[in-house]
Formats: sequence, structure tokens, C-alpha cells
Amino acid sequence: MGILEGKRIVVTGVLTDASIAFHAARIAQEEGAQVVLTAFPRPSLTQRIAKKLPNGGAPVIELDVTNAEHLATLADNVKQYMDGVDGIVHSIAFGPQDAMGGNFLNTPWESVATAVHVSAYSLKSVAMALLPLFPETGGSIVGLDFDAQVAWPGYDWMGVAKAALESTSRYLARDLGSRGIRSNLISAGPIKTMAAKSIPGFEQFDGVWGERAPIGWDLEDADPTARGIVALLSDWFPRTTGEVIHVDGGVHAMGA
Amino acid sequence: MALTQEDILAELAEIVEEVAGVDKDEVQLDKSFTGDLDVDSLTMVEVVVAAEEKFGVKIPDDAVKDLSTVGDAVGYIQKHQD
Ligand SMILES: NC(=O)c1ccc[n+]([C@@H]2O[C@H](COP(=O)([O-])OP(=O)(O)OC[C@H]3O[C@@H](n4cnc5c(N)ncnc54)[C@H](O)[C@@H]3O)[C@@H](O)[C@H]2O)c1
Repeated sequence: MGILEGKRIVVTGVLTDASIAFHAARIAQEEGAQVVLTAFPRPSLTQRIAKKLPNGGAPVIELDVTNAEHLATLADNVKQYMDGVDGIVHSIAFGPQDAMGGNFLNTPWESVATAVHVSAYSLKSVAMALLPLFPETGGSIVGLDFDAQVAWPGYDWMGVAKAALESTSRYLARDLGSRGIRSNLISAGPIKTMAAKSIPGFEQFDGVWGERAPIGWDLEDADPTARGIVALLSDWFPRTTGEVIHVDGGVHAMGA
Repeated sequence: MALTQEDILAELAEIVEEVAGVDKDEVQLDKSFTGDLDVDSLTMVEVVVAAEEKFGVKIPDDAVKDLSTVGDAVGYIQKHQD
């Protein structure tokens, strides 16, 4: 029996079959979960990608996390496919081009605001939109982080947005704890996805992880990250909340 | 049986019409996806996924970069179909 047997999971962020969320959805289905996907900005693309999942597909709901109407109708749309929700995968980030790539000192507030809105505030928005569907026994929310404790080349205001995401997750852990809902993040090492390609200088991370990951790291392999997500969705971290789990080959723990 | 250049173009044109909303008669070998047909990068990703499904070929990211015209794509598919 899989570790997600009988669980109902909403997975955001499937854009291509390289998306971390795609691999999370894949392993979730393999482990017995029922999965509904949300998509932006091309639900038709996500639908085509969903056909590559082990169950041959998953329902796709359009969700732009900055669109109030999408958020307001999300629970009803999910209810068409599942009678409740036991877990959410938040795998969403976006930063305008002028918020990344070494322009840190000149980025206008509007671009920073967009990055924080889409990449951090949305963790709360999606959690609250789906809150009515969680059973009394609670559930699990998992977001995707890139270590925000240090400054990275090129990552710039996305790094600030990730710091905000880390904090948002802790406050969700505080405020949803009484409902039995856990909120945790997986801090992943670099993986070649569409989002990664839009980060100027992403190639530099290849060298950093190649040299510093004591247990090794493969930029083409989202499997370890996806397994971490599924583990946090499962009942095997029952008293872990407000936590950041690193799935980064150990880089965060090395001084050099 | 291997598809001819003509067959591939006709089917690819239908995909581009469906995915990108470009009239299929516009989809000619010498047209460039971004310049002439106004296909943005994410739409192109979907065209590629749909073409992979339709023709049973794998078009890796590195190859997609080199497919600037419809003719490039048709040529790639023709060469890699089994
Ligand atoms: N790839 C990496 O190296 C890496 C490392 C650590 C953390 N992460 C994080 O993993 C998550 C997923 O990214 P990925 O690498 O799989 O790339 P991806 O491009 O496949 O996924 C990013 C997703 O964000 C979604 N998105 C953007 N704006 C949105 C909006 N307004 N509303 C709803 N969805 C929106 C996109 O549709 C896309 O599905 C992100 O939070 C990212 O920061 C990625």
C-alpha cells in the first residue's frame, strides 16, 4: 500500500514534464493519492502534460494565484472532482525579469511586489481558498523553497520572495495548527525547469552543487525533491510543522 | 510507413492552428514561429508537446532551440520518425 493511499491532493505548478510539481503528482499517484492539478497560464498545456501521469491524467483547474475570482471559485471547482482535500502542493514562483539577474539595486517596487505576491503571499491565498475542504482530522501543505538564508548570484528579489515564503509558512503553521493542518517547505537544490531557465546565471549553480553537495546532485533529476514533498504530505511527519526540509544534496550544511 | 514532408506539414499546421490560434493556411515551411506566426515561447512548448504526441517523436529542449521555422520542425520530425 502506498503512503498516500486514500489521500486527496491538490497540486499546483505543473507546467511541463520537467516541473517539480509534475514529479510530485506522479509519485503521489503512484503512492495511491487522488490528484487534482491547477494550472497557469496555459491549462491546455498542463492538460497535455497530465496525460503523462501514471493514471493517464488528472483533472485540471485554471488558477492564477493573483486572480481573486479564481481563488474564490477554487474550492467549488475542486469539489467537482474530490469530496475534500488532505494536502496541497504549492509549487509556484514568478519574478519579473528586472527583479533578477544582478539588477537588485535598481529593481522597482512593482516588480518586487509581483514576485512576493505570486511566490509567497499565494501560499496563504491557496491555503485559505481550500481550507473549507480539509477534514477535521487536518492535512498537510507543502511549498517549494530555494534556501533564502544566504544571497545567491542572480536570484536577487526572488531570494527575498523565498524568505517571505519561509516566514509565511511558519505563520500558517501557527494559525492552522489548531485545525490539524501542517505547513512545511522543501528547500530544493537547482533543477532544470522553465522557472530555472528564466533565472539569469542559473548555470552557475551547476558548479556550486557539483563541488559542494557531499552526497551529489543531479540538476536533471526532480525525483528526490518530489519524494520529499510526498513524504511531507504523508502521515510520516505527523508532528512536523513550520519546518524547512532541505533536499539539496547537503549543500546547505557545508561551509565550503 | 514514414510520413512525407507534405503529410507532416499538414498535420503540424493543424496542431499550430489548434494550439496557437494561427490559421493553418499561414503555416508554411518558410514561416518562422516567433517572427511570422507570433508563437510565444510557452505556446511553442505546447506545440512541441502536441507534435511529440501526434508523431511519436521526442523533441528535446536543445533541439527545440534550433527549430526556428516551420520547415525546421517538419524536417526534424521527418528525420526522427521511426
Ligand atoms: N527549479 C529549481 O531549481 C528550484 C529550486 C528550488 C525551488 N524551486 C521552486 O519550485 C517551484 C516550482 O518551480 P519549477 O522549478 O518546477 O518550475 P516550473 O516553471 O515548472 O513551475 C513554476 C510554476 O509556477 C507557476 N506560476 C507562475 N505564476 C503563477 C501564477 N500567477 N499563478 C499560478 N501559478 C503560477 C507556473 O505556472 C509554473 O507551473 C517554485 O516555487 C520554485 O521557486 C525550484
